[in-house]
Amino acid sequence: MSQLMSGARILLECLVREGVDTIFGYPGGVTLPFYDAMYDHPIRHVLVRHEENASFAASGYARATGKVGVCCATSGPGATNLTTGLVDCMMDSIPIVALTGQVTSKLIGSDAFQEADTFGITRPCTKHNFLVKDIKDLSAAIHEAFYIASSGRPGPVLVDVTKDVFLGQAHYAPVNEIHLPGYKLVLDGHAGQIRRAAQMMWEAKRPYVYAGGGIIHSGAHEELRELVETLDCPAVCTLMGLGGLPSNHRNFISMPGMHGSYAANMGMYESDLLIALGVRFDDRVTGRLAAFAPHAKVIHIDIDPAEIGKNRAADLPIVGDLKRVMSKMNRNLKELAPQMRPLNAGARKAWWDQVNAWREQHPLLPVFSDDEIKPQHLMHEVDRLTKGETIVSVDVGQHQMWAAQFIRFNAPRLWLCSGGLGSMGFGFPAAIGAAFAHPGKTVVAIVGDGGFQMALPELATMANHGLNLKLIVMNNGFLGMVRQWQELFHNNRLSAVELSGFPNVEHLGAAYGIPAKIITRPTELRPELERAFSIEGPFLMDVRVTHNENVYPMVPAGGAINEMLLAPPQPVPVE
Amino acid sequence: MIISVLLENKPGALMRVTGLLTQRGYNIESLTVAQTLDPGLSRMTISVDVDVKLRPLVIKQMTRLINVLQTTDLTDAPAVCREMVLLRVRAPMETRTAILKEAEIFGVRVVDSSVDGFALEATGDPEKLQEFIAIMGSYGDIEVTRSGMVAVSLEAKKLRLSPPNPKPAHEPAVMK
Repeated sequence: MSQLMSGARILLECLVREGVDTIFGYPGGVTLPFYDAMYDHPIRHVLVRHEENASFAASGYARATGKVGVCCATSGPGATNLTTGLVDCMMDSIPIVALTGQVTSKLIGSDAFQEADTFGITRPCTKHNFLVKDIKDLSAAIHEAFYIASSGRPGPVLVDVTKDVFLGQAHYAPVNEIHLPGYKLVLDGHAGQIRRAAQMMWEAKRPYVYAGGGIIHSGAHEELRELVETLDCPAVCTLMGLGGLPSNHRNFISMPGMHGSYAANMGMYESDLLIALGVRFDDRVTGRLAAFAPHAKVIHIDIDPAEIGKNRAADLPIVGDLKRVMSKMNRNLKELAPQMRPLNAGARKAWWDQVNAWREQHPLLPVFSDDEIKPQHLMHEVDRLTKGETIVSVDVGQHQMWAAQFIRFNAPRLWLCSGGLGSMGFGFPAAIGAAFAHPGKTVVAIVGDGGFQMALPELATMANHGLNLKLIVMNNGFLGMVRQWQELFHNNRLSAVELSGFPNVEHLGAAYGIPAKIITRPTELRPELERAFSIEGPFLMDVRVTHNENVYPMVPAGGAINEMLLAPPQPVPVE
Repeated sequence: MIISVLLENKPGALMRVTGLLTQRGYNIESLTVAQTLDPGLSRMTISVDVDVKLRPLVIKQMTRLINVLQTTDLTDAPAVCREMVLLRVRAPMETRTAILKEAEIFGVRVVDSSVDGFALEATGDPEKLQEFIAIMGSYGDIEVTRSGMVAVSLEAKKLRLSPPNPKPAHEPAVMK
């Protein structure tokens, strides 16, 4: 027999049933009853210093584990501050559940203190959202929220709970069945389409795997490796898909797209069959769509039917969960292998020779200097220490692209990055989320001097919990990526990109009680990084890098991906 | 573009559907919504100007909404589209007979008659109604309220004749 309990307590019971161990949040007026119920409850609440960072931390937690991240904020400003993190999760298909307080149901619409139309505001920011005004609806809403967030194409779900629901009393009866008549999931993939796709893959002369974030979300990394090895074709992982195929795998080329490698983009361009797995043909990957992979047929596998044909028509679409579809695909490929493999052996060999020639022609190599620390040098040194096995969270901008180019990831869920939304200020709080998810592990956050200052207050959170988090500021004194575009496309008219007045991080570290170091000389870099990594607990590093280094290769916005700028200052046309 | 949407009869469901159109800057020309035989569901008919190339995407994104069960593009499909107009016309004695004649031609019912004029109820396809409104306008001052279009598909496979039986979603829906 269920017992009578408060709405706040019921909410906690629901969270426990969903396996939630950590909530990132910030309390406020209407969530007082919820925080009161948490006072003597085993669930861990992490007090961040800004609600936006609660949503980013929940996102980082979810990205690093695959579990649903949970964040919590009060009504009004608390809820509006969460929205950036919600959209970030929406764009990258990250499962989080956001809990917000709402003013007492009778006061809704009266411009009450700290009232905002959270339900309306977050409608376009979420996969789905709920407004709970009756305690009877609370547990169903919470369980539905977790189910929606984590199933199908994952995404953020917000539950807005009025104060009177928190305070009300009801019997908690576990919800055992979810009734969502409009929520249809196609998971298995059409068997005939899968067979045809396998046939096409073997028939192709220049097949190319284009794998995205869907591989990570679906947990299909083993299936991806098997597919790539069976077909023995080159493969790229998008920014969201890094780690889907180990970076040290012999078939892995690198990341494609605006700052992808020459070989990765040329491979896309020249391929005759793109095997697109959990990708959305994002503009940062395709460049000018009309000139993207002009010779290729496309097999597009995705769990979301709305992604099929959105940007690029698919010659063979398959809707389904990647892990399930690809394990069937691999069986089909293996059955066909004995008869099909010899068919195009010569063409496949020539294709590999071509791809390898591109790799040798313009390899992605770090840049070094005796006088100053090159950003690529920094990433190279970080990579030496992270060994492809460490969680690295990044912010948005130049450092993000260099990190994606030079840091290896040999497993999924190590690379945390705000890909679709590109929200600055993400890297540090997301790393905090990951550090709580994996308390035994070292977590690295690499941020720019711009994004660092957006997330600055979380130094207190990091210090409070003694997180084993190495926060590396790649400091070039500029909003580097914006500066790069101003240099290249706005006649070098540098407008509002110089970040003067950067704080002394050694003083800052001392103020927060965090060991900190400013690194200025190339020779210091390796020993100082090693020292930071050898110390258990937080460490803050300000690495002063070359001010005016730019990220190459670069496909200018609207350009075709085979027309990369390989180096400054003049565009180098590529055949 | 004419879209027929079957969706859950829940607060916020309408906002999700319209939000998908307004976020693209589309102006909804007409929208009707009402309960179906199953009180848990509503049927919505939307008339909106959408680029031909984007129509399949809009349909898919609408279907993706959690509250939406079915979305159908009826623009070029065999379908019956009807609209209702309530119209008041100021009619002095000398024009009243002529107005009633016109009403008869268009199959329009008189729902109120007073010394000032008539209140008329017309149903039909939107173009026919437009003609009727124009004619009434020539008799004197008019006031018009239009219901917006309702549509029903004539293709058996697109028509959902009975409300769906509530059933649990796919297997992961059952909570551990």
